[in-house]
Amino acid sequence: MTKSYADLMREVRAQIRELSPGEVERLRQASPGIVLIDCRETDEWEQGFIPGAIHLPRGYIELNVEAMVPDRSQPVVVYCAQGIRSAFAARTLQEMGYADVASMSGGFQQWKSMGLPWLMPAYLSHEQKLRYSRHLLVPEVGAEGQAKLLASKVLFIGAGGLGSPGMLYLAAAGVGTIGIVDFDVVDLSNLQRQVIHTTDRVGEKKVESARLTINALNPDITVIGHEEMLTAANVERIIAGYDVVVDGTDTFETRYILNDAAVAANIPVVHASVFRFEGQLTVFQPYQGPCYRCLYPTPPPPELAPGCSVAGVLGVVPGIMGMLQANETLKLLLGIGDTLAGRLLLFDALDGSFTELRLRRDPNCPVCSDAAVEARKAGRPLPAATVGEDAPFILGGSLGGQA
Amino acid sequence: MSVVRIPPVLRASAGGNKQVEVPGATVGEVLAALVERFPGLRQQLLTEEGELNRFVNVYLNDQDVRYLQERATPVGERDTLIILPAMAGG
Repeated sequence: MTKSYADLMREVRAQIRELSPGEVERLRQASPGIVLIDCRETDEWEQGFIPGAIHLPRGYIELNVEAMVPDRSQPVVVYCAQGIRSAFAARTLQEMGYADVASMSGGFQQWKSMGLPWLMPAYLSHEQKLRYSRHLLVPEVGAEGQAKLLASKVLFIGAGGLGSPGMLYLAAAGVGTIGIVDFDVVDLSNLQRQVIHTTDRVGEKKVESARLTINALNPDITVIGHEEMLTAANVERIIAGYDVVVDGTDTFETRYILNDAAVAANIPVVHASVFRFEGQLTVFQPYQGPCYRCLYPTPPPPELAPGCSVAGVLGVVPGIMGMLQANETLKLLLGIGDTLAGRLLLFDALDGSFTELRLRRDPNCPVCSDAAVEARKAGRPLPAATVGEDAPFILGGSLGGQA
Repeated sequence: MSVVRIPPVLRASAGGNKQVEVPGATVGEVLAALVERFPGLRQQLLTEEGELNRFVNVYLNDQDVRYLQERATPVGERDTLIILPAMAGG
């Protein structure tokens, strides 16, 4: 028997549930777990979509829906432009065993005309779509995430053993602005681990060497060089405007200076340090987890904390820790996963083992405690241990504020 | 006997050991036994009054003993103490 479009549509309507745009919006607000599927074609999606919707064109629904919505008991609302294609799509989903499916009557056109919220997809050029295609395929990144990365600014303190691999991968990932603080020049002894530099750049400024490598890998990236030593006098100016700071320095003085300024500016710091075969890694997320001073209130004496130039280091150790810093940075920028805030990860290259320790905020921390915040607001910051320039590791002032 | 993990910077003062088994019913007792066996560790771990130096963190399994009962924290037979000084290298 021949069926007309009208016959088919009548049949489908009788078999599915339809919700008006107003009902869908109420549902969307009330239950964040609801899945919205936009089953229109790509050129329609690019003209705007409902926030949070998954784009799954009608022709690909059967093929891809199980991967995108693995839980068949999850409530699903399908929409198209006017509510016709989504009605057919809803019936297909029911046939596939999805238990709670509805089609939005009136479609995106009515949604928009009612003044309900909608978004334009992030714009990526044709070349960017190719370059970042493996990111775009990952639902947790996608075009929105990629656009976020392109608009992000990450500051590396040091273009050394930790910074080198992190910069390379964040540049490859399309982190749009990479700042680098380093006043040093490339030395032959750096090249055993500082893979962003090359043999023919020995003697050149590290910032310039890093810029060449980064832009050769990805010309999208803006590199901002800060050819100066990070000091208490310039730190606030240098870190301003960055979304994340990656700490790859090799002195305690710099680490404390950075910590205090980053807490005050509420910028997360991805911290790592290395010694021979071992590394430590954590994220200092101001006011949500501990800061560097909560972990190490005072610096150790120099004999207890030699740097790489004294103690040596297996080249891959800063490489591995620097890559883990890049991973934490991407999670912070994208707002996905669980960062290492409040956890310290220890890596032992000889054992091939990772150990995780719990970190806590020090309620008496001279930098990140409530009392410290109040004191800063009042213009009288609490005194904290300092590392003197001429006499390293001598404590200046008192540990006032500490119980 | 509980296991104490010695950080790389302190291994030279601990006979080159990466970890040692030390008796003691509390964190304080374990550390006292440790520095008795390896006197070179005393100055690096403890103040003259026998308190833990502020630049050294000690974890009982994964918890900072400063947020447990410090030196009075009980230590079981199968527990691991991790000594963790700050590292600067980058």
